[in-house]
Amino acid sequence: MTSYLNVNGRQHAVEADPATPLLYVLRGELGLNGAKYGCGLGQCGACTVMVDGKAVFSCLMPVRALAGRAITTIEGLGDVTTPNPVQQAFQEVQAAQCGYCIAGMIMRAQSLLETNAAPSDEEIRVHMQPNLCRCGTHSRILRAVRSASDKLSLKGSPAGTK
Amino acid sequence: MTIDPLLSRRSFLASGGIVVAFALAGPALGQLAGGGEGSAGPPVLNPSLPGSLKSSPYLDSWIQIDPEGRATVFTGKAELGQGIRTALMQVAAEELDLPPRSVTLVTVDTSRTPDEGLTAGSHSMQDSGAAIRNAAANVRMHLERSAAKMLGVAVDAVVTQGDGTITARDGRSVSYAEIAASLSLHVEAIADAPRRQAGDFRTMGTNVPRLDIPAKTTGGAAFIQDMRLPGMLHARVVRGPSEGTRLLLPPEAEIRAMPGLFKFVRNGNFQAVLAEREWDAIGLMRALQASPFELARDPFPTGAVGETLKGLPSRDIRIVDVHQPAGQPVKRLSSRFSRPWLSHGSIGPSCALAMFDHDLLTIWTHSQGTFDVRRVAADLLGMSIEKIRAIHVEGSGCYGQNGADDVAAEAALLALQVPGRPVRLQWMREQEFGWEPLGPGMITELSAGIDANNRIVEWRHEVWSNPHNNRPVNAGGVLVGNEVSPPFPIPEGKPIPMPEGDGSRNSNPLYDLPNMDVVYHFVKDMPIRVSALRSLGAHLNVFSIESMFDELADAAGQDPLAFRLAHMADERARQVMRSASGAFGWKDRKKTGQFHGFGMGFARYKNLGAHCAVFLEVAVNQDTGRISVRRAAASVDCGEPVSPDGIANQVEGAIIQSLSWCTREAVTNTGTLRTSFDWSEYPIMRFLDVPESIEVTVEKQSGQPFLGVAECGQGPASAALANAVADATGVRFRDMPLSPERVRAAIVTL
Amino acid sequence: MNIGRRHVQTLLSGLAVSALCGGLFAAWYVYEPALDRISRPERSAFDMGTVKKGEQLATVGDCIVCHTAGNGPPFAGSRPLPTPFGTLYSTNITPDERTGIGNWSQEAFARALKQGVSRDGSHLYPALPYEHFTHVTDDDIRSLYAFLMTRQAVVADVPENKLLPGLGFRPLLAGWKMLFLHRGGFAPLAGKTEAWNRGKYLVDGLAHCGGCHTPRNIAGGEKRGSEFAGGLAEGWIAPPLDRSNPSAGRWTEASLFAYLKNADNGSHGIAGGPMGPVAEGLSKLDDADVSAIALYIASVMGREGATPDDGPAIDNAQSASTKHPEGADLFRGACAACHEPGSAMSQQGRLPLSALTSVRMADPANAASAVMMGIPAPSGGGNLMPSFSSAMSESQVADLLQYVRARFTNGSPWKDTEGAASSARPEDER
Repeated sequence: MTSYLNVNGRQHAVEADPATPLLYVLRGELGLNGAKYGCGLGQCGACTVMVDGKAVFSCLMPVRALAGRAITTIEGLGDVTTPNPVQQAFQEVQAAQCGYCIAGMIMRAQSLLETNAAPSDEEIRVHMQPNLCRCGTHSRILRAVRSASDKLSLKGSPAGTK
Repeated sequence: MTIDPLLSRRSFLASGGIVVAFALAGPALGQLAGGGEGSAGPPVLNPSLPGSLKSSPYLDSWIQIDPEGRATVFTGKAELGQGIRTALMQVAAEELDLPPRSVTLVTVDTSRTPDEGLTAGSHSMQDSGAAIRNAAANVRMHLERSAAKMLGVAVDAVVTQGDGTITARDGRSVSYAEIAASLSLHVEAIADAPRRQAGDFRTMGTNVPRLDIPAKTTGGAAFIQDMRLPGMLHARVVRGPSEGTRLLLPPEAEIRAMPGLFKFVRNGNFQAVLAEREWDAIGLMRALQASPFELARDPFPTGAVGETLKGLPSRDIRIVDVHQPAGQPVKRLSSRFSRPWLSHGSIGPSCALAMFDHDLLTIWTHSQGTFDVRRVAADLLGMSIEKIRAIHVEGSGCYGQNGADDVAAEAALLALQVPGRPVRLQWMREQEFGWEPLGPGMITELSAGIDANNRIVEWRHEVWSNPHNNRPVNAGGVLVGNEVSPPFPIPEGKPIPMPEGDGSRNSNPLYDLPNMDVVYHFVKDMPIRVSALRSLGAHLNVFSIESMFDELADAAGQDPLAFRLAHMADERARQVMRSASGAFGWKDRKKTGQFHGFGMGFARYKNLGAHCAVFLEVAVNQDTGRISVRRAAASVDCGEPVSPDGIANQVEGAIIQSLSWCTREAVTNTGTLRTSFDWSEYPIMRFLDVPESIEVTVEKQSGQPFLGVAECGQGPASAALANAVADATGVRFRDMPLSPERVRAAIVTL
Repeated sequence: MNIGRRHVQTLLSGLAVSALCGGLFAAWYVYEPALDRISRPERSAFDMGTVKKGEQLATVGDCIVCHTAGNGPPFAGSRPLPTPFGTLYSTNITPDERTGIGNWSQEAFARALKQGVSRDGSHLYPALPYEHFTHVTDDDIRSLYAFLMTRQAVVADVPENKLLPGLGFRPLLAGWKMLFLHRGGFAPLAGKTEAWNRGKYLVDGLAHCGGCHTPRNIAGGEKRGSEFAGGLAEGWIAPPLDRSNPSAGRWTEASLFAYLKNADNGSHGIAGGPMGPVAEGLSKLDDADVSAIALYIASVMGREGATPDDGPAIDNAQSASTKHPEGADLFRGACAACHEPGSAMSQQGRLPLSALTSVRMADPANAASAVMMGIPAPSGGGNLMPSFSSAMSESQVADLLQYVRARFTNGSPWKDTEGAASSARPEDER
């Protein structure tokens, strides 16, 4: 069955079982690496992407539910040469150890800053709560989100996508 | 028949002559490759050289200079997310005096790099860093000699410029590229090649951004999980819910008829499905895993950790036996401490790729022991080791032996079934939780006495533990080896000798105590599958020693820091305690109310590695039992710091991970199942509970040898937590985890 | 179901009833005197035994849940309590003298619990379930007081209540109480065991189970004669605890005990929605009291001494996916990882969905709530079940629910699953 997906502003026709979770379509069919398999249970956030501006677990997101919706992955924020402000903040703070969770972290942070460019520290923590990190990079991740927010709210613009 | 002397020593160790072996243990054993985990690593060829150069003394096995003057540097260590790739690149760039961008680092690959044993035990900077530094210094020496010859001047009249050129006093210069064509690096390293001095450093000691972070923050292919090879098949293993269970599958004909199946592989009790698409492989796996299962092993113990371990036979190994004249004890304390079985909890379940093509088997693995992956595959598949190549590719953080080795062997077996097609196998979350080796549960019993002058005059430390090093070195060490027909037997567990130790690691206090008895009750039989978890036994041993120090300081009416300093002669240990306490503001700490407190912990990892002191401020909630860490300050001395921010990142991570272990983690099981199968049954620390601030001081120790840093903080952080909680609540918690339920139960009605 | 309209009706009726009462009864009925302030008692004023007993009783009452805001300090109040009459904010019951109850005497505390009157003489809203607490013995009130007065004092002012116009006038509450507050102590029933009577005492009193599980009338009072016939709580249906419980055949004293103590008993779903925190609280309660509660509830269900009757699991996979193909796809992609045979959860012996009360109930509200809001794990453990409110639209959730209903029950299809999904969408996403 063909599903039509709008990923990072581009339309894709994907031949897949309509039950397939978005995660496997992104990785297997579209060759995107950002969303990671972590638990497949909606408990760790390694697979976080945005759908219509909201952070969702792509591991539990059947493609059948995605017709006509805008999907954004980390590849849609920016690339190595032109990272977006959130990606740039993570790079500046060196907010990664193994980094397996980081793409999901960036996507969850992005979804916060798009609606609230100047969250409080407490709001950042609460918002990031669904995502797990095992290396213990949390304090750097919080610093990176804070730093991205400071830059964005200074500019007065919400976190942009490419 | 001749006997390889190394082999005979190893078989001697294996035969159980362990106490004698300690007496033999000199500095050479103190530098066991990979911390003594896994296979013993390659034989030592030149013991006078530093680090892994001992085993691979030829310069060209470490460094090659290409015709453009760029350097390719080879390490037998692996990037595990600890930033070693960047740190080793900095070391090489510094000693070659090249800009970082002119250095390419190749990490462990059995066909390209030296065998440096495991990437474990905080040995990478010690082994590989020291080797690369010296190799690079040797190469620079040869470059300078050639340059001098080409320019017709004396060797001491040329200077490297940091940009790949060498200049004479008269201003003439020659580039590395020009020299490279005529310079052979197939020469043995010498131990005393002149090294660059700290004052001249251009790269070492600076915060070069980590090489791997750009890809990891932009969706680049950064992990083994991201590898896609042409024609790749997706595999899933089909297993019961946790170790030792066996599925009772439907008849094979029925399985082979399942839609979406490319191939069903069965060998003994090992089963896997292969499919063109990952989602199909998962669906097939689930359908088959709906089959009933049975427990094909002894039931799991369900009692407390102490009960379980003490109920098993143990062998006593004397770790420290020091007796000197001392004062009479006037106060004695005894305490028992415990830690439950812990999961590594990698965020990304283990993954491997393998391809069998033209008689050659290639395995891509994120195991910490790439060379051992090759050995295991050769044994499992009955192949000649020359026909197997294993390449390390970064995976999700592993923190010890998770499922990486198992999955690599499984992928290798599957690849043989589909020649020419690459196979990608990833475990499911629940398979990782259910089947990986756990960090061993442990207990300690300490007793100590102080004299009238508040000096510790008696010290006894007993520790009970399973072996922490069950790293596979042959097919019996991996799950699939035990499942195939005929099965390979599970190897008997062995302790790692001191000074590295395993369950005994850091059971020998660094403090100056006149009388010390330390005994390791080594429990060989493993009722639950276990192997190395970051810091091994140091976690509970340091927790115990440092808790005991606070209990003694309290009994003596002394400040915990002052009491420690009074028993510590090692100047570097004193320095990290002083600098962390200064940054923390220990002297001026003030409790602002009940259930608010402060605590510290210190250790030098293995008494050989990095020194680390951790100070914490906590608030404990009486009604929820939740411990909030307000602030953490740590100081670390890991010798010459190469990448200060990278070191700080590791120590911050160690503190948070340790706080998670200590406050909430414990693998649970019934008699038949591990029941910690997901993140709700095995919660780890999340954002709302991490410390509000962590400040790490990296001591500047110019000229001192590199010391690994990744595992120095775990013991001190958990100890500091227990000490801070005791300070806050007046209750001493000795059994981990200090879970909200336990803490609340103890303090809610105080 | 139109919640807004129902609320307005309830409100108007409540107002009318209260106004009538206010008119009929003299001011003497409304008037309650302020009681004197005391200075905060010292910790030493309470013996350990009393504090310990109070801790267990506060656990039964689950005071901490309503009197603690999101991630706020325990007992310091400020949790918003949405009611048909507007939003109330729970009070600070830590012993802070200015913002909490630090200067309340034991007499003032007892009056608040049993009569719904604050120390200053004003009437309290029945969000504080004094119609239940009125049955609590003086001795137990003394212990509760000792427990609360030995908590950490937290300085925390509470926001003003946001009530519909007119309802801020507290004397109206005296009328409400005349109708619904039936004072009087607990009288043990002769011929019943001590444990049964203990259970009844706890259930009717401090545990205030009827607060959610008994239907309320138009003025917000619990319907007399319909005790435990099922009610509503925060958008979830609190199932009937009497013989009409849709899973009654499966409950036993033992399974009720396990459910209350561990939030899970292996023969029903886990405690979700507002019951989650209740079970988390009860996990800290002495086994004997949990047993007593289980015994009493079992008797209300008519299951005293019963043996479990789980019946066969229902799985109409084929026909359900023919009837609801979209729901079937959504289920395979979003739910199967946990709820399909062969999944991690089912390998662990967790129940199929056919065993869940929320799936068996005639109303899809709870199933819809679980899908839209998810089920949080206790104390910071992430979630047991994630929320799908950002992942799926109301109509997709509706299809999914119909598939689940058709596959895992033999009951009639649910009505208006889309409406149920819409009502269950978290407030901040609407």
